[in-house]
Amino acid sequence: MNWEPLILTFKLAAVTTILLFVIAIPISYWLAYSKAKLKPILETLVSMPLVLPPTVLGFYFLIAFSPNNAFGNWINETLGIQLVFSFTGLVLASIIYSLPFMVHPIQSGLSSLSPSLKEASYLMGKSKTKTLIQVLLPNIKPSLLTGIVLSFAHTVGEFGVVLMIGGNIPGKTKVASIAIYDEVEALNYSAANSYSLILFGITFCILLVVYLVNGGYLKRFTK
Amino acid sequence: MIAFQVRKSLEGPNGLLNLDLNIQIEAGDLVTLYGASGAGKTSALRILAGLMKANSGRIVVDGSIWLDTSNKIDMKPQERQVGFVFQDYALFPHLTALQNLEFASTDSTNKSQIAELVEIMELEKIQNRKPATLSGGQRQRLALARSIVQRPKILLLDEPLAALDITMRLKIQTYLKKVHERYNLTTILVSHDIGEIHKLSNRVYVLEEGKVVKQGTPTEVFFNQKLSGKFKFKGNVLKIEKEDVVYVVTVLIHNEMVKVIAQESEIKNLNVGDVVLVASKAFNPIIQKIK
Repeated sequence: MNWEPLILTFKLAAVTTILLFVIAIPISYWLAYSKAKLKPILETLVSMPLVLPPTVLGFYFLIAFSPNNAFGNWINETLGIQLVFSFTGLVLASIIYSLPFMVHPIQSGLSSLSPSLKEASYLMGKSKTKTLIQVLLPNIKPSLLTGIVLSFAHTVGEFGVVLMIGGNIPGKTKVASIAIYDEVEALNYSAANSYSLILFGITFCILLVVYLVNGGYLKRFTK
Repeated sequence: MIAFQVRKSLEGPNGLLNLDLNIQIEAGDLVTLYGASGAGKTSALRILAGLMKANSGRIVVDGSIWLDTSNKIDMKPQERQVGFVFQDYALFPHLTALQNLEFASTDSTNKSQIAELVEIMELEKIQNRKPATLSGGQRQRLALARSIVQRPKILLLDEPLAALDITMRLKIQTYLKKVHERYNLTTILVSHDIGEIHKLSNRVYVLEEGKVVKQGTPTEVFFNQKLSGKFKFKGNVLKIEKEDVVYVVTVLIHNEMVKVIAQESEIKNLNVGDVVLVASKAFNPIIQKIK
């Protein structure tokens, strides 16, 4: 069995999740506390990947990132990054595709905290950033864990976006979900089955860990 | 010395509320804002702390200008030296009691001060426990201690004792008085409890619909008009029972149940749940020392 697609899948999911975590925190913070008129528009945009068929997203990425048009060309020329049919492109597309899975839990975690926690910290002379890092985030650990795991799992399960923008280049963009499709197309059911079974097992374990940790079962067990 | 003059229109529970206050507080005073809920007491504290923006106004504390809307000065809450005890205490759940205190310190030099506060507020035994495992009174003491770590100029207390039972309340009142004097604080308390106000504060502002309608010492404000030689208490009727030839009406006054004998004619219009006035002539009641 060829392990490359599986390794690529988890590499993509890991890189995406790490970057997404960093990006999602300021976005969630803004969405949780801002009273700006523009907020509903940004909220809608963040949630769009939930309802949009991945192929639509992938299609527009393909168009936007293509070196044949201005934006893709500019990125290619000035930054020297090729986004279409490359791992970098996959990461970027995955970040946008999984954005709501990271932003929503963190945003609702922040909104559920009593506003007096933030205010108490300000009155102790702590800046907004310090308050976010030292007071708010440590108190929404379950939300952070949910966001990280859902984004990771969602990226593992990605298909349409990858197919559109990444294609099927072994070792570069051929992730497990594409490999499964490929093997089925070639009537190679046993290979498809091994990939599927591994993905099934791993995602089950990841989600199980989240529910165990957030449900407090582990704490009770170790006591 | 605090000069506090602000205007703010608020969406209150009873519609639009126009807060319009002009209060001068002497350094070292312990004053109380008293009034029905929705009168603007909490908002006044929040504006003073910088947590709420005023429409217009000027706040000067010990000569430094915290707010002056005509000159566009509005000091951030981080820069105002205010200790604030929130109604929900706002203790950080992820930190232990001691860590909560340490979080409030600005540098490492006031380690000894934290130790002193721990001692005064009797927090030694709970230092390493998280807020979730503490009782209401312990949380209250911790919140009070935490608000003083920074040596604030003003201490603001937003109904800090409302959630506690009477014994605990009396205990915390003592602590409060102790730290107020020990640290030369100027304290503003929001309270509903006349007994508490009488015990703690030297000046009361009665707020109604966002305005100060009465001010003075607690005795002037609460007791002068009642020197009519009568006891008067408001209460709720809990039960009306017939006993032989008279009726016994059980009335809840504050937290005490009182039985009052009544004639048939007196209870004619009385129903359970009614708000009544229980009054007595001054020569009637018995006074007895209980503490």
